[in-house]
Amino acid sequence: MIETFYEVMRRQGISRRSFLKFCSLTATSLGLGPAFMPKIAWAMENKPRTPVLWLHGLECTCCSESFIRSAHPLAKDVVLSMISLDYDDTLMASAGHQAEAILEEVMTRYKGNYILAVEGNPPLNQDGMSCIIGGKPFIEQLRRVAKDAKAIISWGSCASWGCVQAAKPNPTQAVPIHKVITDKPIIKVPGCPPIAEVMTGVITYMLTFDRIPELDRQGRPKMFYSQRIHDKCYRRPNFDAGQFVEAWDDDSARKGYCLYKVGCKGPTTYNACSTVRWNGGTSFPIQSGHGCIGCSEEGFWDKGSFYNRLTDINAFGVEANADQIGLAAAGTVGAAVAAHAAVTALKRAGKGPSQDASAHDRINHQ
Amino acid sequence: MSINYSTQGFDLNNTGRRIVVDPVTRIEGHMRVEVNLDANNVIRNAVSTGTMWRGLEVILKGRDPRDAWAFVERICGVCTGCHALASVRSVEDALGIRIPPNAHLIREMMAKTLQVHDHAVHFYHLHALDWVDVVSALKADPKATSELQQKVSPSHPLSSPGYFRDVQNRLKKFFESGQLGPFMNGYWGNPAYQLPPEANLMAVTHYLEALDLQKEWVKIHTIFGGKNPHPNYLVGGVPCAINIDGDLAAGAPLNMERLNFVRARIDEALEFCRNVYVPDVLAIGTIYKQKGWLHGGGLSATNVMDYGTYAKVNYDDSTNQLPGGAILNGNWDEILPVDPRDPEQVQEFVTHSWYKYPDNDKGLHPWDGITDPNYELGANTKGTRTNIEAVDEGAKYSWVKAPRWRGHAMEVGPLARYILGYAHALKGNPHCQRVKEQLDSSLAAVNHGVPKLLGLPETDYSAKQVLPSTIGRTLTRALEAEYCAEMMVDDWKELMTNIKNGDRATANVEKWDPSTWPAEAKGVGIVAAPRGALGHWIRIKNGRIENYQCVVPSTWNGGPRDAKGQIGAFEAALMNTPVAIPDQPVEILRTLHSFDPCMACATHIMSEDGAELSTVKVR
Repeated sequence: MIETFYEVMRRQGISRRSFLKFCSLTATSLGLGPAFMPKIAWAMENKPRTPVLWLHGLECTCCSESFIRSAHPLAKDVVLSMISLDYDDTLMASAGHQAEAILEEVMTRYKGNYILAVEGNPPLNQDGMSCIIGGKPFIEQLRRVAKDAKAIISWGSCASWGCVQAAKPNPTQAVPIHKVITDKPIIKVPGCPPIAEVMTGVITYMLTFDRIPELDRQGRPKMFYSQRIHDKCYRRPNFDAGQFVEAWDDDSARKGYCLYKVGCKGPTTYNACSTVRWNGGTSFPIQSGHGCIGCSEEGFWDKGSFYNRLTDINAFGVEANADQIGLAAAGTVGAAVAAHAAVTALKRAGKGPSQDASAHDRINHQ
Repeated sequence: MSINYSTQGFDLNNTGRRIVVDPVTRIEGHMRVEVNLDANNVIRNAVSTGTMWRGLEVILKGRDPRDAWAFVERICGVCTGCHALASVRSVEDALGIRIPPNAHLIREMMAKTLQVHDHAVHFYHLHALDWVDVVSALKADPKATSELQQKVSPSHPLSSPGYFRDVQNRLKKFFESGQLGPFMNGYWGNPAYQLPPEANLMAVTHYLEALDLQKEWVKIHTIFGGKNPHPNYLVGGVPCAINIDGDLAAGAPLNMERLNFVRARIDEALEFCRNVYVPDVLAIGTIYKQKGWLHGGGLSATNVMDYGTYAKVNYDDSTNQLPGGAILNGNWDEILPVDPRDPEQVQEFVTHSWYKYPDNDKGLHPWDGITDPNYELGANTKGTRTNIEAVDEGAKYSWVKAPRWRGHAMEVGPLARYILGYAHALKGNPHCQRVKEQLDSSLAAVNHGVPKLLGLPETDYSAKQVLPSTIGRTLTRALEAEYCAEMMVDDWKELMTNIKNGDRATANVEKWDPSTWPAEAKGVGIVAAPRGALGHWIRIKNGRIENYQCVVPSTWNGGPRDAKGQIGAFEAALMNTPVAIPDQPVEILRTLHSFDPCMACATHIMSEDGAELSTVKVR
C-alpha cells in the first residue's frame, strides 16, 4: 500500500504546519487562490494516485503511441484518474531542468512507492552516449530512477529483449533492462509495440489488486502471454485442414487461408494478438493478410526472413501432413523455450516474484 | 571562444548567456538545444543536437531486402509506416516491380491516415501546451467558451456550456489532487501564453477529444495492415487481399464490411479536421499573430524542398497532388526540379556530426553513404565526455547528419509542401489547386474572418508574411491533414470503382522470388512523411542488402552545421526570437515543436559529395 503524500512528509519529520503551507503554496503557484488549499490538503492526506515515471531510452516511441490507443480504459482516464504520470518526456509539459527536477522530487517524495516504466533500452557502446539525457548517458538516469522504484515495467520489445537496435551486429550494444537492473521485480510487456489494451490491462491490474500480475519464467504476465498466437488463431482450422496461402494475393489469400507457408510466426509467438486483437479488437496481422512476424519474441529480428516458413517440410497440403507440421513446429518451440527457461531461471534465481514453476509452464506450453 | 559570423542571412553570436534545454520534451526521441541570448533576451545563436543513435543502417546490411520494411518501420513509431512505405518503394524501384492500382490506393490511404493522425496528435498532444495555458482554462466561463466554440466552428456538435463545464470540473479535480502528472512544472502563467481563458478551455477540451478520436482513425491501418502502430507492408503490393462476394469473403482481409469500416473512419477524420483542428489552429494562430508573435520562419522564408507526392495516377509524377521541387532565396516564382538519384543533389555532411567519413568535410550521396559512429567532443566543450554542460558547435556536436540539396540547407515539411503547392498552383498546375484554395481561405480567416468573430482589428497579411513562421508551420500542418482526409475519400471511391470493374489484384509477385533478381540493383523510395521529404536508398547485391541509407525529414530540419558553417532549419528558426523568461523555454519549445521533431528518425543517415570548403570564422 502506498503511503499518502502527507504520511510520507510526516515520516520525514515535516510538521503539519509546514504541510499546510506547502498546500497553500501549491494552490498559489497554480493561480488557484487560497480557497483551493483545503482541497489540495485533503487529497494529499488521502490515497494518492500511484506515481509513474516513464523513461525513454533508445526506442521509436511506438509503445507510447500504442498506449494512447487504448480503448478500455481510455488513455485519458488512465492518465487523469488512475495513475500520476509524473514524468514522460513524450507528453510532459515541462522540458530541460524543470523536467529533470520532477524526477528528483518524485523519487524523494515517493521513495519505494513509484513505478518505473521503461520504453526503449540503454546502449553501452560510445560510453553510453548514443543515448543522451540531460547531457549524460541514459543508463545513468535509468539506474538512478530504478534504485528506489517499487517495480519496473519493461514496455515493449526494446526494454524486454533489446529489439531492433540490438539486432546483429547491435552497433550501440543496446541491452534490455533486466541486463542492467538486477535487483527489482521487472514486468516484461513485450511486442513491437505491445497491444494497447494489454499495456493498460497490466497497469490496471497492478492498481486494482495492488500486486504484480503472475509472471511466467521470462517475466511476462501470464494473463496475456501464455498462449501462442497460433493457439487461438481464427485461421487455425485452415492450418489443420492443410489449406495454405502459397503466394500473395492468390485465391487462398482471398479466402483467408493459413499463412504458415508464407512465413507466419504465429506458431512460435506468445502474445494476445489473436485473442485481444489490435486497436480495440478491430483486427490483427493475420486477419489483414500478413503473417505474424513474431515481434514479441526475443531476438525475432535475427531468426531469418519474415517470409521463411518455420520448418522446411516438403509436400504437405493434406490434413495428415499439416498435423505433423503442427506437431513439429510446437516441438521446436518447446525445446527453445526450455533452453531459454533454464538460462532465465539461473539469472533470476532469488530475485523478484517471477521464478515460479517453470517446469509446469514448460509442460503447458508444449 | 566566440562564434561570430553571418550565414544564410543570420548573424550568429555566441557571446551572450547560454541556455540549455535537455531533454527537449514532447517530441519523438531525444534532443537537446542550446541557445545564446543577447542583453535583451533575444536568441543570437542556436545549436541543435540529436542525442540518440541506433544504427539501423548498419543492422540492415546483409539482410533480405523484402524484410527491410519491418526494420526501418521501427525507426519511428510516431510516423509509423512511412519508413516501411519508403522501403518497399526503394526495393520495388531497384527490382523494377510495378504494384497493382489497388495496392497503390490502399498504400495511399494508409499514408494519408498517418498524416491526419500524426498531424492532429502533434498539434494537440505535443504542441498545444506551447500555446495553451492549461491552468488558465480553470478560470474560463463555460458559457463564454461555448459561445466561442460556436463562433469558430458552428458545425461542431460538442459545444454546449454543460460540456465545457464538465471538462473544466474534471480538470479542477485533477489539479486539486496536487498530483499534476504531465502538467507538473509546466510554464503556466508565463507571459508568452496569450490566449484568453475561454480559448484555453476550448483547446484543452479538444486535447481530450483528439486523444479519444485519434485511436479511431488509425483503425484504417489495422484493417489494411493488421495493427497500429507498425502495420504490415509488403514488397510488390499490400498483404490485404480483396474478396467482396466470393467464397469465404467473411474471413478475407478485405470484404464489404471492412471497406465500409474504413470509409466510416475516413469520414470521422475529415469531420474532425474541418470542425475542430483547422478552426482551432486558425483561431489560436490569429490571436498570436495579432499579439505580434511572428517569429520562427527561419529557412522557410528562403529555402524549401520536397520530392512531391500523392500521384493521382501511380508512377506519373506530373499528377502529384502535392508537387515537389526546390525553392531558393524565397523566389516562389521559380521551382527547381529535385532528383533524388542525382549524386550532385542530395548529399549528407558529417563535419559537425558524430560520424566518420573518409573526408570529414566532403558530402556523400545516399547510394554511397556511410554510417560509421565517431563520438567525440570539441576542445571547447564544457563538462566531460559523459556529462556535457555545453557543446562546442565548432566541432562535432550531434548524432544527426547534415543533408544539403546542391549544397543548400533546406527546410522540409508541411510548410515546405504548401509553399511549393501554392507556387505550383499559381503556375496553373491542375492537381494542387486545392492547396491554393485552402491557403486563400485561411488567409481570409486570419486577416478578416477570425478577427471579426473575436472583435479584433482586421489585418492584411500576405501569404509570404503569414506562411514562413512558426504559426505558418503549424497552420499548414492542419491544412495538410484536412487535404489528406479529403484525398482519402477519393482514393476509397476509386478503389470501389476498380473492384466494381473486376480488378481485385493487390500484389505483383512476379519478382517475389530472389532468384528472379539481377545480381546487383539499386533503387530509391520516396515518401511525403508527416515531417517532410523522406528518401530511402538501397543497393542490393546477390539477393542481400549491400547498403541502405535513409535521409529523413528531421535530419534535414534538425541537422547541425555543415562544412561551410551553414546552420540547419531548427537552428535558423530559433534565431532572433525573444524569450520572455530565459529560464522558461516556452518560445524555444514552441518553435522547435512547430517542426514536430522526430529524433529517432533523424539519426539514421547518409551524406554528400564535393562541396567546397569556404572560410568560416569559428573561434
